Amino acid sequence: MAALRAAVGLGGVIARGNGRAYGDSAMGAAATIDMRRLNRMLAFDPATGQLVAEAGVILGDVITAFLPRGWFPYVTPGTKFVSLGGAIAADVHGKNHHVDGSFGAFVDWIDVVGADGEVTRASRSSNSELFGWTIGGMGLTGVILRAAIRLRPVESAWIRQETIPAPHLAAAMEAFEAADAATYSVAWIDCLASGGSLGRSLIMFGEHAETGEVPSAFRKHPFATPKRRAKTVPVNLPGAALNTWTVKAFNALYWRKGLSSPRKSLVDWDRYFYPLDAILGWNRIYGRRGFLQFQCALPPKSSEAGLRALLGATAAAGQGSFLAVLKRFGIQESRFSFPMEGYTLALDFPATAKTLALLDRLDAIAVDHGARFYLAKDARLAATTLHRSDPRADILRDMRREAGLDQAFASAQSERLLL
Amino acid sequence: MTDATRKSTVLILGGRSEIGLAIGRVFAAEGHNLILAARDPESLEPERADIALRHDIEVKLTQFDVLDTESMHGFVEALDPAPEIVVSVIGLMGEQAENERDPIAATQVMRSNYEGPALILGLFAERMVAAKKGTIVGVSSVAGDRGRASNYVYGSAKAGFTAFLSGLRNRCARLGVQVVTVKPGFVATRMTEGMDLPAALTAAPEEVGQAVLRAVERGRDVVYVRPVWGLVMRIITAIPERFFKRTDL
Ligand SMILES: Cc1cc2nc3c(=O)[nH]c(=O)nc-3n(C[C@H](O)[C@H](O)[C@H](O)COP(=O)(O)OP(=O)(O)OC[C@H]3O[C@@H](n4cnc5c(N)ncnc54)[C@H](O)[C@@H]3O)c2cc1C
Ligand SMILES: NC(=O)c1ccc[n+]([C@@H]2O[C@H](COP(=O)([O-])OP(=O)(O)OC[C@H]3O[C@@H](n4cnc5c(N)ncnc54)[C@H](OP(=O)(O)O)[C@@H]3O)[C@@H](O)[C@H]2O)c1
Repeated sequence: MAALRAAVGLGGVIARGNGRAYGDSAMGAAATIDMRRLNRMLAFDPATGQLVAEAGVILGDVITAFLPRGWFPYVTPGTKFVSLGGAIAADVHGKNHHVDGSFGAFVDWIDVVGADGEVTRASRSSNSELFGWTIGGMGLTGVILRAAIRLRPVESAWIRQETIPAPHLAAAMEAFEAADAATYSVAWIDCLASGGSLGRSLIMFGEHAETGEVPSAFRKHPFATPKRRAKTVPVNLPGAALNTWTVKAFNALYWRKGLSSPRKSLVDWDRYFYPLDAILGWNRIYGRRGFLQFQCALPPKSSEAGLRALLGATAAAGQGSFLAVLKRFGIQESRFSFPMEGYTLALDFPATAKTLALLDRLDAIAVDHGARFYLAKDARLAATTLHRSDPRADILRDMRREAGLDQAFASAQSERLLL
Repeated sequence: MTDATRKSTVLILGGRSEIGLAIGRVFAAEGHNLILAARDPESLEPERADIALRHDIEVKLTQFDVLDTESMHGFVEALDPAPEIVVSVIGLMGEQAENERDPIAATQVMRSNYEGPALILGLFAERMVAAKKGTIVGVSSVAGDRGRASNYVYGSAKAGFTAFLSGLRNRCARLGVQVVTVKPGFVATRMTEGMDLPAALTAAPEEVGQAVLRAVERGRDVVYVRPVWGLVMRIITAIPERFFKRTDL
């Protein structure tokens, strides 16, 4: 605690959780505060499902501890290796944003270390400004020390999944709208399909399975998780392996498998929510240079046109995107969080000069369609693009200056984006 | 895990040390309940809550000072439930140079590493012998295998503790009570932070925890956390004294 206070006193610092953000948001301008050792769970109330824990606690550890007792996080991103602090600071979303909202919706209070090194408890009813700016604030309002989050009661460790193929974008969006009440929904897009097949996708809906639905082998232990072997990607694949052809082949295969496999299935939580975690070195598939993400959220009005333009530009560039994920967002009002009503598209690419050029094009398309960018996935956005896309960026910057937060807390990203 | 060690209560003397906590966490993960004993038990509340929540077990805190010989009987009797496994990680490194000059400092090191831990484990052994079951684990040190210029006050106290455990094991072997001596080698803890330790010889606290669990499960007598230490110490103890006295190890 004293060490933390001293670190904050240095100025130009930022908290770092488990380093799962893609860009430079968790790298301090001057110094970085590693939160991973502040990782104790402090209290749990089975009457309300409220867990109080330090910010460095990893979401996967929450699941390991509480799923056997019938609890699961209300909102989870696509990896379980995030810290609670990181999940709050990026106000992460899951496949259920359209019904449940973002991670912040299930945060009751947070303890935040401010520029003066003092701890302030903030909630919706007290210090609500600090609360509102810190959720989704990318660490720029202070260091989250502890949080009270609520967990969801579940009857099993299983998800009832339904997979629906959609031949093109309009069909995919229709499927999303038709299944608005589904708890979880996500579409995997074959982003090399073009023309009439643009936006060809598999949409996966999911519900927490009730005790009676659990596979018979697990009926006696509905919260047990089947052991699975971690697939590893042992060596960096040469960059050339990821040319258009391999991505095409991968996409075609995935597409066919989706069509032929049963449309309804039971999947355990780990395979359902965290397929990428199983491939331990999964980011190596792009070779040594690593990769870049692009994720934006589009408002309902311009979603279809925007998605069409983004996917069209991606297909035309022939750069491939190993993963193209489309999700629906429900209504969200927030100080600086990413989600807003509409759709969110996430693409990732190998980091090459050609990709950078494509990403600049995607930025422009996104801005033209009223999109917002996800800072947790960003490593290269231009400050002008951000401020043009999101008027809240100016407000955050001014608020930080007035509150004297800008000297104390700064990341490489906040300096690049002039926040 | 044998029936004898299933879902028992494990007492950790020195529960505030990183090694003690790591041992506790490993046993907690196996479903055992814990009692953490420390001089300032309130400071352990966050750890208590964390271990209890993560593993859905009971964790209790209790006050204990190993230098307070008078209170030992009362301490043992007051424990509820009586622990089936007792682990002592209590120890004090001290400053060798200070220990050479200051008998009071040296006494504290000797008592904290030998006298105190030996006496309290001896008392628990009495109870276990009467019950014909139980497990005693003493965390000693490779420093006790041979006295060296750099830390022989600490080392000699650990040597005494090691010999005590050896004798206790010999006495208990046919009485149903297991006695384990653990020699961790270098461990990366706050105590050794900043020291330049060879990576191959340095264990993480969690490794000590795993080693203790394995030793208890398998009925081992003396364990080095990293097996290479067994070899290192065999070589060091084999060096004839007339050469050894000139070395700078
Ligand atoms: C495979 C994969 C899948 C993903 N899927 C999704 C997804 O589906 N939805 C989604 O929303 N995100 C997703 N993400 C992004 C990820 O959830 C976020 O980047 C999250 O913030 C990472 O948490 P972290 O603990 O690793 O934080 P870091 O990466 O360490 O930090 C991220 C941000 O949080 C801040 N921060 C961290 N801890 C604290 C603290 N204690 N106090 C104040 N600020 C803090 C940092 O300053 C930084 O700005 C995914 C990432 C990966 C790698
Ligand atoms: N770290 C290494 O490299 C290493 C190597 C070999 C062996 N060891 C041994 O491993 C054990 C743990 O070491 P560590 O590295 O974790 O160091 P540590 O944190 O200093 O642990 C020492 C523990 O002993 C306790 N203690 C000291 N005097 C006491 C007293 N009078 N009454 C009650 N408790 C007392 C301390 O309690 P408080 O919390 O109340 O201070 C602390 O919990 C020690 O026996 C040490 O000798 C360590």
